[in-house]
Amino acid sequence: MRHKANTWFAERLGDQGIRTTYLSDHHPAHMPCLEIMRLEWKHAAEEARRLDMRLVALWAAEAGCHDQDQHARQGLYAYMAFAHPDHRHALLRTPLDAKNPQLPSIASEYIAASRMERHMADMFGIRIEGAPDARPWIRHEHWPQDALPLRKGFDAQSPMAVSSDCGDYDYVRSTSSGVYEIPVGPVHAGIIEPGHFRFLAVGEQILNMEERLGYVHKGIERAMQGRDAMEGIRLAARVSGDSAVAHAWVFAQAAEFAADIEPPKRASFIRGILCERERIANHIGDIGAICNDAAFAFMHMQMQRLREEMARLHQEIFGHRLLFDTIVPGGVSVDPDAKQLARLKWQTTAIAEEVERLRSLYADHPSIQERVIGSGVVAIDDARDIGLLGYAGRASGHYPDERIEEAYSPYDELEVNVPEGRNGDVATRVWVRFEEIADSARLIGEMIDSLPDESCSLEWRPPEPGVSGFAAIEGWRGEIAAWVRFGEDGLIDRYFVRDPSVINWLGLELAVREVPVPDFPLNNKSFNCSYSGNDL
Amino acid sequence: MSGTSLFLQIAQAVVLVLFAPIAAGVVSTAKARLQNRRGAGVLQPWRNLIKLFGKQVVLAENASWIFRFAPYVVFTATIMAASCVPPLLVHTPLSLTADVIALVALLALARFFLALAGMDIGTAFGGMGASREMTFSALAEPAMLMSVFVLSIGAQSTNLTTMISHTLNTPIVLQPSLAFALVAMLMVAVAENGRIPVDNPTTHLELTMIHEAMILEYSGRHLALMEWAAMIKLTLFATLIIDLFLPWGISIDASLAGVAMGLVAWLLKLIGFLLGLSLVETYLAKLRLFEVPEFLSTAFVIAFLGLLTHYMLEIGT
Repeated sequence: MRHKANTWFAERLGDQGIRTTYLSDHHPAHMPCLEIMRLEWKHAAEEARRLDMRLVALWAAEAGCHDQDQHARQGLYAYMAFAHPDHRHALLRTPLDAKNPQLPSIASEYIAASRMERHMADMFGIRIEGAPDARPWIRHEHWPQDALPLRKGFDAQSPMAVSSDCGDYDYVRSTSSGVYEIPVGPVHAGIIEPGHFRFLAVGEQILNMEERLGYVHKGIERAMQGRDAMEGIRLAARVSGDSAVAHAWVFAQAAEFAADIEPPKRASFIRGILCERERIANHIGDIGAICNDAAFAFMHMQMQRLREEMARLHQEIFGHRLLFDTIVPGGVSVDPDAKQLARLKWQTTAIAEEVERLRSLYADHPSIQERVIGSGVVAIDDARDIGLLGYAGRASGHYPDERIEEAYSPYDELEVNVPEGRNGDVATRVWVRFEEIADSARLIGEMIDSLPDESCSLEWRPPEPGVSGFAAIEGWRGEIAAWVRFGEDGLIDRYFVRDPSVINWLGLELAVREVPVPDFPLNNKSFNCSYSGNDL
Repeated sequence: MSGTSLFLQIAQAVVLVLFAPIAAGVVSTAKARLQNRRGAGVLQPWRNLIKLFGKQVVLAENASWIFRFAPYVVFTATIMAASCVPPLLVHTPLSLTADVIALVALLALARFFLALAGMDIGTAFGGMGASREMTFSALAEPAMLMSVFVLSIGAQSTNLTTMISHTLNTPIVLQPSLAFALVAMLMVAVAENGRIPVDNPTTHLELTMIHEAMILEYSGRHLALMEWAAMIKLTLFATLIIDLFLPWGISIDASLAGVAMGLVAWLLKLIGFLLGLSLVETYLAKLRLFEVPEFLSTAFVIAFLGLLTHYMLEIGT
């Protein structure tokens, strides 16, 4: 064992009389998986909440090969992961009855749990007891009643029958006569992903905005089953195309933890460079798009140009404009030479300088500032309650950053400066992005300067059947968490990934309350959550 | 009225209508250049219109006759308004009957049908756009009339031909009231044509639209007429401002040479106006929706100040 076991959470739970069993087939040891009894599920969540841990994810899995030996029957397990700024991640799991799976809801402790529980109910048919919101989430109305895509025995090969008895989704409504509804989407006028927004408005003021997602459900979790790690990572990179690097990295890291492989340092440095480049490119694009939503097209065009320059260099050096398939389990697939690295560094510096010049233009322009300042405020307490991640959380003063908390390689050797916002409005979310661009550019320079000279990948060898791994990577949107379990022949048995959007979408719903209707796009863009990453 | 003069009077309205898409192209090309882009060229709006005229019309199932009727009303009313405003020759086919109040009324008629059409299909966006448009026009119209009245008092008429002739016949003196009226008129023109900072004609964001939201359901030739009408309206406002505040160069007699002179002068002034508009549109972001009424009230107050200034400083002398 390379990693020291993390017993902090187990001890805290023990103080409360919750008995935990440490699972030895889960890696890494510093992010342990503890089995608890189902009766104590809610109690454990309450305890985590009391300890100021944030909810990372909630998911379910069919029993793996090890578990079947223990229970001698096919069962289900529910998992939840928490993180504490000083004590890293800890996973809890509990067995469920396969025939009649039931799980107490923890949504009263963690708001963000609600949608994840609905996802579990849709995919596995788990009945969530005491759920504040019992509506389906990913399961749309036309799905057949008995379709449970992640249960064994579900036929994923043939097209699903379309249920004729569709019914309607039960949106939040108002009985007041002055309130009207505005349905927007899932087909939009611009080139964006599909999602439906239902507004309740009085005049031009939004009372409530409700999201209805799931239109880009592609069955990623199911499609991952039965792939080996090499094929799996290609799919993982496509969970959300704009964070291809971060999603591939989290898959690779979880698989490497499970297989107990440590990729060479050079590989993790290159991964870091790729991830920071992805962060810069996306922040640049988003800042431009936010300005464009306020009809300030000049910034948009300049930012587009910078983003395009980055994409072209990516194509040239790494073979893909959006850096797809650059990370493989065990290392990276592309090893840039010294000349290419010098160009990469030069371009990063040049772009960061140009962004700074555009930033002064943006900051000194009253017309655009007037739009962004004070719009869509999320207070710090709300940000904590939801557990907002990435720039959305940082703008409100809640700054979990895995590069510091988890400090995985290469960030264990680097100093990451995380911007600390306070106002939680659109202006602060833009400010955080500008700050992150500057910091990422500095990190890229430092990584290129101290890049170790060695091989950039190890040979991948799959772990024992039944072994699982968990990883958390700071993508550009925020923390991406993934849990992977391998089965026979090194094939993936279950892959769960939680994109930061799953949590940050809740922040948007909160931010646009009491915001004028035409300011919604500005706010939406400042969060820029992924539809694909949420819908899986 | 001789045949040539009648022909020239009609021809100038046709010139305005045909040049309107090019004027829109000038703005978008100038904006593209200001953003360091190449742009699609000044003829792009014409290409779009021709493409749309060749396309099939897709109608919503619950579209009533109003929805089908509205593009023709809007387009005709806008053309009628355009033929009140002389670009080249002071006299127009409607110069005897149509004055500025009639012009405002024709534009209001177009807007009325536009708003009806927006609400006809029953989508949320159309209704939203219609409600915004009517709110803002209720503020824009008085401001526009008020600023025209500043000039009307001097000319003792609301007839455009009379007003232009009056300006041409009086010696050039600096009149502070005109400066107020001009500023107010420019602000109204921006709002009436749905330009930045009031509305963004190029946006794809349904929730922020005003004018575009009302025509969101249109397609084919209906859409072409609606868009053409919007382009004509822009050129119309530009020409109106030129006529009222900078009429020099416009032809008084219906001679060919005079009209050719007028054409050159009009084109130069119009393009100057359009370039100014592109600069403003590049420089400014959109206002918050709730600030648009303030913007238009400011235009009204400025126009009113112009009126007061006229009484205080200019009448007695």
